[in-house]
Amino acid sequence: MTASTAETLLSVEDLKCQFDVSKPFLNRVLEREPKRWLKAVDGVSFSIKKGETFALVGESGCGKSTVARLVVGLYDPTDGHIYFDGKDVHNIKSNAEIQTLRRRFQMIFQDPFASLNPRWRVDRIVAEPIKVFGLMSDEKKIKERVAELLTQVGLSPADGSKWPHEFSGGQRQRICIARALANNPEFLVCDEPTSALDVSVQAQILNLMKDLQDTLGLTYLFISHDLAVVRHMANRVGVMYLGRIVEIADSKTLFEEPKHPYTRMLLATIPDITMSGKEKVIMKGEVPNPITPPPGCTFHPRCPLANERCKREAPALIAVSGGQSVSCHAIEEGRTA
Amino acid sequence: MSNMQSTTKTPSLLARALDSDIFYSFTRSPITVISAIVAFVMITAALCAPLISPQNPFDPSTLNLMEGFTAPMTPNEFTGNSFWLGTDAQGRDLFSAILYGSRVSLMVGFAAVGFAAILGITLGLLSGYLGGWVDSAVMRVADVQLSFPAILIALLIFGVFKGVVPVQVQDKMAIYVLIIAIGLSDWVQYARTVRSSTMAEKNKEYVQAARLIGVPAPMILLRHILPNVMGPVLVIATIGLALAIILEATLSFLGVGVPPTQPSLGTLIRVGQDFMFSGEWWIILFPSIALLLLALSVNLLGDWLRDALNPRLR
Repeated sequence: MTASTAETLLSVEDLKCQFDVSKPFLNRVLEREPKRWLKAVDGVSFSIKKGETFALVGESGCGKSTVARLVVGLYDPTDGHIYFDGKDVHNIKSNAEIQTLRRRFQMIFQDPFASLNPRWRVDRIVAEPIKVFGLMSDEKKIKERVAELLTQVGLSPADGSKWPHEFSGGQRQRICIARALANNPEFLVCDEPTSALDVSVQAQILNLMKDLQDTLGLTYLFISHDLAVVRHMANRVGVMYLGRIVEIADSKTLFEEPKHPYTRMLLATIPDITMSGKEKVIMKGEVPNPITPPPGCTFHPRCPLANERCKREAPALIAVSGGQSVSCHAIEEGRTA
Repeated sequence: MSNMQSTTKTPSLLARALDSDIFYSFTRSPITVISAIVAFVMITAALCAPLISPQNPFDPSTLNLMEGFTAPMTPNEFTGNSFWLGTDAQGRDLFSAILYGSRVSLMVGFAAVGFAAILGITLGLLSGYLGGWVDSAVMRVADVQLSFPAILIALLIFGVFKGVVPVQVQDKMAIYVLIIAIGLSDWVQYARTVRSSTMAEKNKEYVQAARLIGVPAPMILLRHILPNVMGPVLVIATIGLALAIILEATLSFLGVGVPPTQPSLGTLIRVGQDFMFSGEWWIILFPSIALLLLALSVNLLGDWLRDALNPRLR
């Protein structure tokens, strides 16, 4: 194993994912319409180091959840590669090898009310990964492990015999985390894990996740639209817009010196308690339809810095300084302050 | 730590059932309670037919032709025997015939519903989960089938059976063909319901969590999705039972169902209608009442179940 792969746990290269949103065949023939594709993810690249939290932020519909699902293999990418610990995830043929790889990552979902099977008791839900991966065969040991996991996420071992509907949203999310930890993964994909929760409960869950990261050495891919949450959790942040990453930077840099006009717009939407007199950029416009994205830079219809070049040419992600990369013609040309 | 779970055991199944909303809504609906009692009595009586009934109507040696056309509650003019519900042309005690007949009707009904449910649930799960051409194929077949009345399909299957199977074994196999015919004409409802629920369930995150760790698709369907789509199926099956009993009676009435040697309720009604206008009214009346009570009580139970399981109607 080379030094670089020892450092990087997950790297994603030029990931693309299209969905067929065409009308049924007969309608297409009758109405003379071509096939239509939705480019949910259009050339995303990033890498995550071991023990780090990488966050993807963006408005709804920008493809961040699709990236999460691609990374864990729930969707197949149209193009591009995902390397987990140096192995190309979608290039493994043998089933046993896929299972050994799957054992090393897990996912926490957005909606804690949909992510637990309502007909299963909690202990069965938490034990499922243990049984599927064949980590333990002794029922008694599995029971002990489930009790340990429930304690670890702040629930009581006695909760194992209850049904999911007996719990609140925050408690359910704790059960989801317990299930995600059951197969001792190294890497957790968290798809908006707190967006369905009350603000007071959000903090509890986030702190629990941070504590678990410290004790178990976990690596997180954290998907969120909530910038405050991202600031609290992430080491590095990628900002997504219409299936592309427009800016990647360390969390500190991104929040203190945002470069891309879209990132600035997003940050301007965070309520500022001091109202420090900074000129507020008002978030205007809506995300264009990803089936027919605007030509050139997809952000140009909403961008205050857009010019003719932005309408024609899609900008590439270019490193600016110290780990910060931006895809914007205006930044590249120095047209901004 | 493991014995901590046993100390905080949830209450027993019976206790929880008596405490549930569904039981509450059951006790609050007198019609449902009456239907349940009627259905229970009729099913128990049918099951215990050999113990209760005074004679075995399937055994010709116990029949006395002299006792034919005996009116209810009146002694026969030759033998002096009296029958609660009278006798038919061959001297069969109608009470016994109804008990044995509802046995056949219920057996065919349950088996047909079971067959239709298993077929429909399997196809519904597969087409909902796999989608694509499997879904299109199954659903187009279902659409085509829905455009024919169920009785036509059952008659068609019966016609094919009569044409293919040798005459000697037809009587023996008739009951199984009846089950298959009713089942095949009724699976569409189950398939459609299960398909739509499956399509909703498969996108829920608990299914994705299972896919994520590599649970094979058959396991996901059986252990995760199936228990969550069974609620509506239970309702359809209960109402379907009443419909299957009626369909069986209709087919037997038309003469394509079970043979007269093993009369079901429908066969008894068909036999009875020959004497309807010649004064022997009891031969058709009592089997008809039995069929009515059975179908109605099961149907009312099904209606109640549908409302009780629908959270919007609570």
